[in-house]
Amino acid sequence: MLEKTGIPTSDDINLVVPDKKRLESGPVAVIECFREIPCDPCFYSCPFEAIKEFDDINDKPKLDFVKCTGCKSCIAKCPGLAIFVVDYNKSTVSIPYELLPLPKKGDILEGLNREGKKVCNALVVSIKDPEKNDKTAVITIKVPQEYLMEVRNIKVGDQNGR
Amino acid sequence: MIETDILVIGGGPAGMTAALKAADNSAQVIIVEKYHQLGGQLIKQTHRFFGSKKEQAGIRGIEIAKKLTDRIKEHNNIKVLTEATAQGYYEDGILTVSQNNKVIKIKSKKLIIATGASEKMLSFKNNDLPGVYGAGAVQTLMNLYGILPGEKIVMVGAGNIGLIVTYQLLQAGVKVEAVIEASDKIGGYLVHASKIRRAGVPIYTNHSIKRAIGDRSVEAAEIVKLDNNWNEIKGTEKIIKADTICLAVGLRPLTDLLVQAGCEMAYIPELGGDVPLRDDNLKTTNNDIFVAGDTAGIEEATAAMLEGEIAGLKAVSEVGHLKNNIFSELKRLKDELKKLRSGPEGKVISQGIKKARGDSNAGKNRYTHLR
Amino acid sequence: MRIKKHPVLEFKRDKKITFTYNGKQIEAYQGETIAAALYAAGIRVLKASSKYDRPRGLFCAIGNCSSCHMVVDGIPNVKTCITKVKEGMVVQEEIGKGDLID
Repeated sequence: MLEKTGIPTSDDINLVVPDKKRLESGPVAVIECFREIPCDPCFYSCPFEAIKEFDDINDKPKLDFVKCTGCKSCIAKCPGLAIFVVDYNKSTVSIPYELLPLPKKGDILEGLNREGKKVCNALVVSIKDPEKNDKTAVITIKVPQEYLMEVRNIKVGDQNGR
Repeated sequence: MIETDILVIGGGPAGMTAALKAADNSAQVIIVEKYHQLGGQLIKQTHRFFGSKKEQAGIRGIEIAKKLTDRIKEHNNIKVLTEATAQGYYEDGILTVSQNNKVIKIKSKKLIIATGASEKMLSFKNNDLPGVYGAGAVQTLMNLYGILPGEKIVMVGAGNIGLIVTYQLLQAGVKVEAVIEASDKIGGYLVHASKIRRAGVPIYTNHSIKRAIGDRSVEAAEIVKLDNNWNEIKGTEKIIKADTICLAVGLRPLTDLLVQAGCEMAYIPELGGDVPLRDDNLKTTNNDIFVAGDTAGIEEATAAMLEGEIAGLKAVSEVGHLKNNIFSELKRLKDELKKLRSGPEGKVISQGIKKARGDSNAGKNRYTHLR
Repeated sequence: MRIKKHPVLEFKRDKKITFTYNGKQIEAYQGETIAAALYAAGIRVLKASSKYDRPRGLFCAIGNCSSCHMVVDGIPNVKTCITKVKEGMVVQEEIGKGDLID
C-alpha cells in the first residue's frame, strides 16, 4: 500500500510508535522510516544513543524508547525528513520544515495529515532556527491530542505569495 | 600536446574523487569538465544525501560539491580544464579536447571516464513542445539560476529523481499538480514520496502521459490509466492544466568515449542501458581506461564517489607513484560499496554489476559489428 | 520570473547585464546563461524546427540535446543553455539549420 501511495498505513505506524504508557511519560521520537535503504545519519545524530547502531547500513532504524528523551536533535538530521517528536502531555508534535514562508510563534495554521489534508488547527509553539540546522527548521505545533499521530505537516498561507 | 599521469573526463562526484585519490598518491592529474564549474549533478542537489555518514550522508549535495571542489583547488598536481569538451579518443591513446574554440591534445598514462548520464526521453504526442523538460533542466533553472520553471507542473516518473525534483519545486514555490508513474508502485525511496504526499501532491501509479496540449508551449497534460500490460485503458483519460511537463523517466549512461575507444560494451538494463564491461577495480577491457559513476551504471552519488576512489587508486597504482601499499585501502573501498548495495535497493544493481563483469548473460551481441 | 527568496539557496545577483534578443532589450544578471535569462523574461520558445516549423525551446539545459540553438553575435548553432550572457550580446532566433560561417 505504501508503495502505491507513499503514505504509511496505521499498521506501518504502529510498528514505530511506543506504547501508551511511554507516550504519556514524556516526549518521544517517532521514526517513520519503513523501508531498507542504505542510510545511517540518524544513528550519529542522537546524543543519548537511543537509535541503535547499524549492523548493516540498509537496516531500518531501531529506537530505544526508554533512552529517547524527545530532545529533537534527530529531526533535522534525517535526510528523508521522516522523524517527528510527539509530546502527549503538552499535546505537541515537532516536524522538520524546509519551505518558505516560515511561520511565527503564536501563528495558527492548518495542521495537515500525511495526505496533505487539513485535519485540525495548529498553534505554533516554537521554531528552531533553520540557520542553526543547515536550513532545516524544526517547528513545534500544538494540536488536539487525538491528532498527534496524524498531523505531520502545516500549511502557511499562500506559498506563491512571497 | 599535454602529457599527464591520470586524465579524468568529467568533474562530477566520481571524477572528483578519482582525481583526488590519484593526486593524493602523487600523480599528475588533469580533469576535463564541459561545464563552467566542477560538481556534476551535485551542484543542483539541495537535499540532504543518504548513504553512509562517513561518505558525506546527511550533507546537502551542494555542500558536498563545494567540499570536493575546495579540496581539488588545494592540490597543485590537479589541473582543471572547465568549459572543455572531450572530443575523441584516438588509437595512439591521445584524447582531444575542445576549449575556447581551440583543440588541445592530451596524452595520459591512464584515463578515467566519468561522464555521467543523460536523461531518457518519453514518446508521446507533442513531446517536443516548449514546456516539456527533463527533470534535470528544471533543477538547473531553479537551483542554479533561481528561475521559476513554471507555475503548474506535472511530473512524469516517481523514481528518486521525480520525487526529489517535485520536492525542490515545492521549495521554489511552484505548484505540482500531480506525479504520475507508469508502473504499479513508487520507484523511489518512500520517505521522498511521503514528503510530497503530506504537502498535498497526489501520486498516480499505473498512469502515463498520453499527450501534451498546447499551441506554442505546454498548456495542459492528458494522462491515462494503464492496465497490467502497460496498455492505455480507454475512457480513463484525464486532462490536467499545467504549463510544464517534467520528465523523470530514467537516465542512461553517457558512454560515447568508451565505445569510440573500443572498450567492450554490453547492454545491461539493470545498469540503465549500454555500459562498459569492467573488473571490480573499474578497469574496462582497455588496460589503460577506467570508468566510474553513472557512466558505469546508473546508481547514486555515494556509489559514484566510492567507484571514483577505487578507479583513481587502481589507476595511480599502475602508474608507479604510490606512497603506500594499496591493497587494504582498495579492499576497504570495495567492501563499503558492497555494503551499500547489499540491501533490497541494491539487489538489481548487484545483478547488473555481475553481468558487467563479463558473465554470459551480459548483452554483448549488440556490439559485434564494431569489432 | 526569478525566485527572490528560497529556503535553502541564495542567488547572487550583483551585476545587471543587457543584451538583445531579436532586436529587443533583455535584462539579465552576470552568471546567467542566455537561455536562462530569456526564460526569466518569459521567453520559452527559442526557435522553430527546420522541417515542420514546430516551436522549440529548452529540453536538457546542460548542453546535451541541442534543442536551444540560437545565433549569438553572428555565430549559429550556439548552445544557449551553457553559454553565459555578456554585455551587448546580440542573440537572434535561428532560422533553419544555421549557416556555416565562410
